Amino acid sequence: MEKNLKFYWTLFISTFSLSAFTIGGGYVIVPLMRKKFVEELKWIDEEEMLNLVAICQSAPGPIAVNTSIMVGYRLAGLFGALLTTIGTVLPPLIIITIIAKFYTAFKENTIVNALLLGMRAGVAAVILDVIIKMTDNIIKSKNLISLAIMIVAFIAAVIIDVNAALIIVLSGAFGGFYYNYFKKAGGTE
Amino acid sequence: MIYLEIFWSFFQIGLFSIGGGYAALPLIENQVTKVHDWLTMAEFADLLTISQMTPGPIALNASTFVGTKVAGLPGAVIATVGCITPSCIIVLILAYFYFKYKNLSSIQGILKGLRPAVVSLIASAGLSILLLAMFNEETTLNNIQLLDINIPSIIMVALGLFILRKYKTDPILVMIGTGLVGIIIYGIF
Repeated sequence: MEKNLKFYWTLFISTFSLSAFTIGGGYVIVPLMRKKFVEELKWIDEEEMLNLVAICQSAPGPIAVNTSIMVGYRLAGLFGALLTTIGTVLPPLIIITIIAKFYTAFKENTIVNALLLGMRAGVAAVILDVIIKMTDNIIKSKNLISLAIMIVAFIAAVIIDVNAALIIVLSGAFGGFYYNYFKKAGGTE
Repeated sequence: MIYLEIFWSFFQIGLFSIGGGYAALPLIENQVTKVHDWLTMAEFADLLTISQMTPGPIALNASTFVGTKVAGLPGAVIATVGCITPSCIIVLILAYFYFKYKNLSSIQGILKGLRPAVVSLIASAGLSILLLAMFNEETTLNNIQLLDINIPSIIMVALGLFILRKYKTDPILVMIGTGLVGIIIYGIF
């Protein structure tokens, strides 16, 4: 892709609008970033996006900020990271500064509450769409180990409530061990 | 020097909140209500409500809210910068090493193990958002009550998902759309 003014503007406005319209924090923004950069813009492929998200999960700090920095850096180096970070940080800064001034009125406003309640359904639909596609990709890869990791990690996260960072570390360690030693030693494929 | 204190507090919040989102809450609470008397517990509860109602990562919402309250707009900017500084440093270091060594086969194995786990983590966060949209405020997997089911919201989720998959609509349009429908359903009736 050509790195002209339009490219940098798209990079900035993509992260800005995702941060501005996404209620529900980091885990909602990350799937939407995937949708934007992998599916719509096709600037990053699916595998690489998941790698980047995994790395960001194991770093401290707000996950949406981490992923923005990573995606920006991947696409346009340090300047790209700066652009995407500013894009992610600006909306909360603007919105909360305004709301902090009259938050009781905001909290009790029926129209605002109705709008937010409705938007929640939209957010859920978008997330569901992304999850279906990602799960489908893993199933289509026909790799039983990947499928098993996915199922075990899901159970660990949802039912046992294991910390996300721990799940990342364990699955990475397992992958490193399995694909580098076990398979080389006498596995098939 | 108040600005330095704000910066340092939010730097720590950014540095120690591993796992993103709600992992940061206890840290924020400790810094702004115990270490410093910046917010009362009631104000902290308000902060949570506002964060859930507004877009953007919760740690950034908190930064702006507390920063504004303690030292106006400069306070908000400094708190935000403090919160993302650890992310910027750590993620850029990780990014550097990732792009340098990602083609090594041992790293490939680790990443291959990580990717399905990331899909599951996104799915598990998505599940809680879906439950929130389908039922009411406090629904988790453990306390589903069928009576709390929100039919208009479920219809909107299904319709939103259909539109997304069939017409490849921009997710932001879907979210704004369900928000507007929300105003009609919840606000007017």
